[in-house]
Amino acid sequence: MLSNPPILLLKNIHKSYGTEEVLKGVSFELNKGETKVLIGPSGTGKSTLLRCINQLTPPDQGEVWLNGTELTDSKVDINKARQQMGMVFQHFNLFAHLDALNNVKLGLTKVKGMNEEEAKSKAIEELERVGLSTQASSYPAQLSGGQQQRVGIARALAMDPKLMLFDEPTSALDPELIGEVLEVMIDLAEAGMTMLVVTHEMGFARSVCDEIIFLENGKIVEQGSPRQFFESPEHKRTQGFLDKISELYGGAER
Amino acid sequence: MDNLMLIWDSLPALLKGMLVTLQLTFAFLGLGFLVGISIAFGQVYGNKLIKTVISVYEKIFRAIPALVLLFLFYFGAAFIGIKLSAFISACLAMGLRSSAYQSQIFRGAIQSVGKEQMMASRSIGMSQFKSIIYVILPQILRLSIPSWTNEFAIVLKDTSLVYALGITEMLRQGRYIIARTYGNSLLIYITAAVIYFILVFAGSKFFGLLEKKFKIPGYETKEEKEGVRAV
Repeated sequence: MLSNPPILLLKNIHKSYGTEEVLKGVSFELNKGETKVLIGPSGTGKSTLLRCINQLTPPDQGEVWLNGTELTDSKVDINKARQQMGMVFQHFNLFAHLDALNNVKLGLTKVKGMNEEEAKSKAIEELERVGLSTQASSYPAQLSGGQQQRVGIARALAMDPKLMLFDEPTSALDPELIGEVLEVMIDLAEAGMTMLVVTHEMGFARSVCDEIIFLENGKIVEQGSPRQFFESPEHKRTQGFLDKISELYGGAER
Repeated sequence: MDNLMLIWDSLPALLKGMLVTLQLTFAFLGLGFLVGISIAFGQVYGNKLIKTVISVYEKIFRAIPALVLLFLFYFGAAFIGIKLSAFISACLAMGLRSSAYQSQIFRGAIQSVGKEQMMASRSIGMSQFKSIIYVILPQILRLSIPSWTNEFAIVLKDTSLVYALGITEMLRQGRYIIARTYGNSLLIYITAAVIYFILVFAGSKFFGLLEKKFKIPGYETKEEKEGVRAV
């Protein structure tokens, strides 16, 4: 047994919806403190891959290992395992009937079994971390998209996860709100959180991530450091995609 | 003047009937609520078999007229050798009937809350059951209040049908008064109608207040927001 298993290990993940195979054997690993960015054209299974990791969409084939535990094993307590993986959604998915504080607190009291007081102070702490302690009593519908997403991040962080999964966290946001969310994510990465991020924000990829994984048609086409990726991509397809992305988002040179 | 006296004299009996009417309403709605909400979740989250069984159940209870259901339960129970009082038969027939309608209200609400809420709560490690209790249910109950108010009014008025099983609810009390006093039947029926109206009106007002009280902040309509500003 190796001394330090990777936080996340994917082995040959396959997933089909009906006759359409969305993921065709994806493998990679994520070590403690690493941030990896998943990019690729829409419909290539990036979101499906994230959901395969925390088993919201169980893969058809292949193995997912979290910190030495196989999640694809049917005997594993998946609710327990999911507490160690925070997930941030494209459309925030905040609990619509709860204010920001209670969105963050719910998991603490109902899943972790903390008492009210403990949970409340922890929730406030997490809201502070994303710069929203003054909005604790605002409901999701009263918050801007950027604020909602930061509450979403706080909600995930409150569970003290070992790994954070981000599913296009900024793509539903107005351009002027993207920055505040990216800032929180950059802080997190720099603080040593292990993160897997699906995003088209090349500026983020370039400045904080350790590796970029380019996924197309359910397969990894190329993976490597941002430097290698942006300066000398091995595959023509990667270059074409990067050109298109920087044209759209203009973020590659930052 | 005689007319007024007739109304006055008939009020105690009518109000006694009204209490039975209210008991029936609570019983029908209560049973309908418990069964209806359970089968709504079954219909959304259940497997194929559960979904099919529920859909057959729901279609049967919505297709058969209330009066026929009442007779089927009352005489049907006797036929297979179970002794059910008229009150219990009525509760079963009308309660289950209401459950079929209520399940549709709740199903629509569950679907409009959407999969995303369930996904979010599962992602922080909540079980499906806890997600339903703490995330889905509080939202669908709020969303269901307007349609549920409608169901309340229908069920309350339909309690008059159990008259046919001999239960002395308000309408039957009215009939007794008419028979006893050789009275002006129209007058009694009008009095009963007014009481029904007041009950439905008060109930609807109550649910309207409930809806307002539990409204999730931030979802006010534009008019309401502007209304607040105008004040």
